Amino acid sequence: MNRHEKEEYLREYEQLKKKGKPFFPYAIAKDGVMFVLVALIIVVMSLMLGAEQGPKADPTTTSYVPRPEWYFFFLFELLKVLKPPWLTPVATIGIPTLCMVLLLLLPFYDRNPERRLTRRPIAAISGFFVIIAMAYLTFLGANAGSPTEIEAKVPASLEEGKLVTAQSGCLACHQIGENGNNGPGPELTEIGLRLPRATIARSLYIGPGIMPSYAGLPKKKLDALTEYLASLR
Amino acid sequence: MPDIEKLIPPPLRRPAKPGEGNGNGNGNGNGNGVVDLRQPTEKNGSAATEELKGKLKDSPADVVGWVDERTGASNIVTALALRKVPKGTNWFYTLGSATMFAFICQALTGVFLAMYYTPSPVEAYASITYLTNEVFLGEFVRGMHKWGATVMIILIFMHMARTFFFGAYKYPRELNWVIGVVLIILTLVMGLTGYLLPFDQRSFWATEVANNITASGPFVGPYLADFLRAGPEIGATTIQRFYAIHMLLVPGLIIGLIGAHLFLVVKLGTTAPPWVHASKPKSLRRKDVG
Ligand code: HEC
Ligand code: HEM
Repeated sequence: MNRHEKEEYLREYEQLKKKGKPFFPYAIAKDGVMFVLVALIIVVMSLMLGAEQGPKADPTTTSYVPRPEWYFFFLFELLKVLKPPWLTPVATIGIPTLCMVLLLLLPFYDRNPERRLTRRPIAAISGFFVIIAMAYLTFLGANAGSPTEIEAKVPASLEEGKLVTAQSGCLACHQIGENGNNGPGPELTEIGLRLPRATIARSLYIGPGIMPSYAGLPKKKLDALTEYLASLR
Repeated sequence: MPDIEKLIPPPLRRPAKPGEGNGNGNGNGNGNGVVDLRQPTEKNGSAATEELKGKLKDSPADVVGWVDERTGASNIVTALALRKVPKGTNWFYTLGSATMFAFICQALTGVFLAMYYTPSPVEAYASITYLTNEVFLGEFVRGMHKWGATVMIILIFMHMARTFFFGAYKYPRELNWVIGVVLIILTLVMGLTGYLLPFDQRSFWATEVANNITASGPFVGPYLADFLRAGPEIGATTIQRFYAIHMLLVPGLIIGLIGAHLFLVVKLGTTAPPWVHASKPKSLRRKDVG
């Protein structure tokens, strides 16, 4: 916006303001209605949905759903889209940071004085695109369950390892056979072919990338887990 | 009628105005009470009630006046209340204050939760159990805080979308947009840090993942994650750190920034909707008013 455009805007704004109404009582009445509405919604949600408490945090037991609050689903889903490990930082840090910087600097690169949406096609399209993309990713995240069962049959000696794996939330991030989410972690269906036992054990111990470390599990469970994974081929 | 005036400390007494009877006025002892010559000497019933009404209306305790004399607040309040909002202002313009109401609700319920919550890995879970099951209305207040967070996130995104689509971030309101983006980031940080505090399985493991996500960042990532966790693993200090961030640091920043945000809103005024134009009165009919 150059100086002329700025002055023109201020002049027109002054006129519109003169024709407007005082904040009290006109605008404040609407704010008041909104206040009651917001308070009511929160109270009703609290009464109907309550605040349940999950089982106590425990690094040594394994049943959990590693799920963020719903408003972070879109970030988590982004991790599934950009699955290869070398892309992980792009999804976790790169894209969110880029989006935030773009958002922060918006008034400085969009210097078009026009305010009507119909005459700001780029702003309109990118705005709607971002909304649809975020809504879609949130929807995917809301529907991505965290299955706790693995169907594939295993010999009796590996039953325990299969059970531990199924109930440890691995399936939230890994696919094994028909079960689990395909991402953000790599598919584990044939992990035994790709990695030797010791490497698998080490992965569980350190928790590569964004995967949590399972070093807190009792040794028996860890061994059973490793045994089972190493058998997958 | 008892002489209430005597009970009111002199500085709070209403000073006498010209035209007032001296019975009302010379509390400040400056002796400028003027006898009203027009005062009727004989009172019939209705005149008496009138007088009582008048007396009640300007009750001798002038607290507002006393405060105003020292602060000049009434000027500010009148200026705020009577400032004009431009023609065409509609319901979309309430989303900002709605966000603020949600934040206030979070702050109030948060204070109640803080009265029962203990930020330590041993006691955190138990204190939440106690709060939820034993404390009067405990689950209700916790539910309000939990769902209030959701409501605030939705409202803040809607408010941002409104200012975006209305082009309200343009000259001269660029700075208000920038403050807004910082506010949205801080609000998300509130969501993230609050999630760990109940310390159930879900919060524990989700925070573990969130921390690993932080750690995957380039350069500062690992250090930032170590700082948040206060060590290599989630433990006692992690909870305390998240608690301090969640209930002191970030709310403080948010309150300050909301103040700056609203200051600019008042100073610059809110935009008129982009389709309303001063030069084309045709487009200003009925529906745009108010
Ligand atoms: C939060 C999501 C998440 C959860 C939960 C998770 N993982 Fe992972 N896992 C990953 C990611 C992401 C990688 C790839 C990391 C990298 O290489 O940067 C990975 C890697 C691995 C690897 C190494 C695979 C390879 O090809 O290098 C193994 C083995 C593994 N996970 C097993 C498990 C098991 C067993 C569990 C459950 C106890 C589990 N994971 C839970 C995300 C997860
Ligand atoms: C805690 C969060 C926030 C609060 C309490 C808040 C509050 C408000 C209020 C009360 C207004 C007055 C007009 C209106 O309600 O629309 C306003 C205006 C504005 N806000 Fe916010 N806001 C918040 C976050 C944001 C965010 C995230 C953004 C954008 C990134 C933003 C950008 C703006 C802009 C540009 C205006 C000027 C709008 C105009 O003049 O029409 N705000 N804000």
